[in-house]
Amino acid sequence: MAKLNINGKTVDIAASAETPLLWALREQAGLTGTKYGCGIAQCGACSVHINGEVQRSCSITVGALKATDKIVTIEGLSADGSHPVQKAWAALDVPQCGYCQSGQIMAATALLAKNPKPTDADIDQAMTNICRCGTYSRIRAAIGKAAADMASLPAAPGKAKKA
Amino acid sequence: MTKTMKSSLASARGVSRRAFVASAAAVGGGLAIGVDAAGLTKALAQKVLSSDVNEVGAWVVIKPNDEVIVRIARSEMGQGTLTGLAQLVCEELECDWSKVKAEYVTPGENLARKRVWGDMSTGGSRGIRTSHEYVRKGGAAARQMLLQAAADQWKVPVAELTVEKGIVSHAASNRKISYGKLASAASKLDVPADVKLKDPKDWKLIGQGVPRLDTVEKTVGKLVYSIDVKLPGLLNASIMDAPVFGARVVSYDEAKAKGMPGVRHVLKVGDTAVAVVADTWWQANEAVKALNIKWEEGANAKVSDESINAFLKDGLTATDGVFVGNKAGDADAALAGAAKRLEGTYFSPYQHHVCLEPMNCTALVTADKCEVWTGTQNGDATLAVAAEASGLPPSKCEVYKLHLGGGFGRRGFQDPVQKAVLLAKQIPGVPVKLVWSREEDMRQGRYRPVGLCKMEAGLDDKGDLVALKMRIAAPSILTYAAPSRLEPSGRDIAAFQGLNPTGPEGQFGYTVPNILVEHAMRNTHVPPGFWRGVNNNQNAIWLETFLDEVARAAGKDPLAFRRAMMANHPKHLAVLNAVAGKIGWDSPAPAGVTRGIAQHMGYGSYVAAAAEVRVSDRGKVKIERLVMATDCGYVVNPQQVTAQVEGSVAYGLGAMLYQEINVAAGRVVQENFDTYQMMLMEDFPKIETILAPSGGFWGGVGEPTICVAAPAVLNAIYAATGQPIRTLPLKNVKLQRA
Repeated sequence: MAKLNINGKTVDIAASAETPLLWALREQAGLTGTKYGCGIAQCGACSVHINGEVQRSCSITVGALKATDKIVTIEGLSADGSHPVQKAWAALDVPQCGYCQSGQIMAATALLAKNPKPTDADIDQAMTNICRCGTYSRIRAAIGKAAADMASLPAAPGKAKKA
Repeated sequence: MTKTMKSSLASARGVSRRAFVASAAAVGGGLAIGVDAAGLTKALAQKVLSSDVNEVGAWVVIKPNDEVIVRIARSEMGQGTLTGLAQLVCEELECDWSKVKAEYVTPGENLARKRVWGDMSTGGSRGIRTSHEYVRKGGAAARQMLLQAAADQWKVPVAELTVEKGIVSHAASNRKISYGKLASAASKLDVPADVKLKDPKDWKLIGQGVPRLDTVEKTVGKLVYSIDVKLPGLLNASIMDAPVFGARVVSYDEAKAKGMPGVRHVLKVGDTAVAVVADTWWQANEAVKALNIKWEEGANAKVSDESINAFLKDGLTATDGVFVGNKAGDADAALAGAAKRLEGTYFSPYQHHVCLEPMNCTALVTADKCEVWTGTQNGDATLAVAAEASGLPPSKCEVYKLHLGGGFGRRGFQDPVQKAVLLAKQIPGVPVKLVWSREEDMRQGRYRPVGLCKMEAGLDDKGDLVALKMRIAAPSILTYAAPSRLEPSGRDIAAFQGLNPTGPEGQFGYTVPNILVEHAMRNTHVPPGFWRGVNNNQNAIWLETFLDEVARAAGKDPLAFRRAMMANHPKHLAVLNAVAGKIGWDSPAPAGVTRGIAQHMGYGSYVAAAAEVRVSDRGKVKIERLVMATDCGYVVNPQQVTAQVEGSVAYGLGAMLYQEINVAAGRVVQENFDTYQMMLMEDFPKIETILAPSGGFWGGVGEPTICVAAPAVLNAIYAATGQPIRTLPLKNVKLQRA
């Protein structure tokens, strides 16, 4: 049994210490928006934020996390898809099959939180998640749109900035 | 006639002939499941379809609040078919698009209603092109029924009514009523047998780049893929099948696996696999790793890349097991008399689909019912395999379709369904979700076939192509996956995709007076499958890159050389000209940049690509620009067609640049993304897409452009190096600028 802080709530997770966070999220916390793709931190489908950093949850064990570590999954990014990155994704119809897109959005939000105006090279470096459908050009465009939309938001937008 | 590698097992590994044929017939098209969260919940609650509300003909349900639900029989795997099909229905229905939702029909319901929704198979880029007519008729029939209901209510002639966005009007009496208020009465009317479809010039919704119906759920993590299915009492399973295809299980450490946390059952699945059922999937998969399974591997364990290559090489000169795909004149005589001859032998490796959502299926079997939840490209085949594996008649089986986390041809195969049902049958009454680890998914693929191809050309003294020979030595997909689709002679027509002289699927785009295209069928024990674009991929690469070699030998520009052979192929030529114009073929490329061009026809569509690449002094390739054109006849949703064109580039170029499946000791070597590299953001080129629909026919969209991306890039590299590239992937080739 472990205590984890997931999407702002402390929850008891009935999983052994060696259980990867990915599977604790999916099977114990019931948060299936975070996806399994490879299990070896290659594809990024399992990307979540831990204390604001994007991490591949398949390769972090429950035992390596403290109850004070703030874990945010796609479900916790916004209650209703209103995060500017999610809105940009929808506006540009980015997803095809969609399976990788939770991870792509988590990677993009982490990038924009640190670097509000990423260059193409910044995007290349930060966005290393696999999209087998090949939505890369729309992902790039959506990051640009989200960056512009976030820049035009009034100051202290709170959640969007922190994500 | 066909030749099978001596050590190989041509059987489908425990799948009976009947199921096998069914699954084969199934590879081909199909759509269904509520895109909206509500629809999904319904499916998961095992409630089949929105039959309690007003069904106006089989394809349309209209709720009292004017919400329109369009029934979808094909499958959505990212290609946008679900939205496109809904557009087709709603074009004729004349409803309010903002009130439209889509809902999958189930295979069981389709069977029970005498296949009222037609073919469910979703492959071969068929989702729209083979159902556009009957789904539009479904929409038109519903409109007619709704208008009739209004006419009956108002006691006016139907001809005096008009409809716009779901509101029926009678101008003379200034009355209006919405579809929602007419649906109950309309649903009781007979479905008109004969309806007239709009002239394409009157389309309002077809041709519009409306947003997909399934996007928002994918941006908030709420879309339920079959790997996400939750059911009361659900147990989770992981499996390991024989890494040497066809090998039988001899022993395994049941006690060790059973003693591990959460493990409930350790069970054999067929003769070749063992599964562990546990509380969680992670527990099940950890226990699978501890099984230490021993197999009786037989002679297949000796098969390797080397033995396969030797087997294929034999096919380049053999006279047995050889089928003709295209023949005109006398290629041998013309070659003998040619002023200049050229030849080259090309190699294409096995490829893996790598759907990002690993193969999975949930099954619940009781004494008198078998239910299956899965993402399938072929609901009909899933139902047939569920029936076969459970031993129950199809009428006692049902399949709940979910969106696919990638399909690309892999999810037309029903082996995950067969395994899940065989497993669940051993634990009656307990729903079991079987998920393959990525490693299992890689080891148990249906691989794009390996192939060797010998190309020969003869030029006359003017440098015109007078003879072309193409001898392909490769496994046959249809022999393995769809034997019922082989011709009586045993010929696999799919081996000649894009090389056939006639036919709408993929016509050879050049006129060559003497031509001979042959396939020496060489079947190995590695199961081949339909991989996005299928054999068009290799066929287009071999032909189009060889043509550039021949053009160079003739001292001609690659574009001009092609055009001279295309007078009788105006549609092929039009897309080729379109990409040439857009990339500026007639003006010099930027310094250090070289260009390549290619064209092909596949799945009823005409496609072409032009590429600009920069090859560094150290032989590193940067793809700077790609122009892609497609003529698919009619474009239903342009922004989605563009998305498919761009996506196909990632799939085709990833294979060309990095990907190969190697075989050693009878098994697949690559087991995860650390050894099977994917195209990532940083390598994805800038793509300019030209949609050039010429009308009058319906071509496919999901696959065709994949076939031209790689040869255009390879030709651009060849222009820089002067060295033919005859072996892929490119990572194995040392490049040097000329």
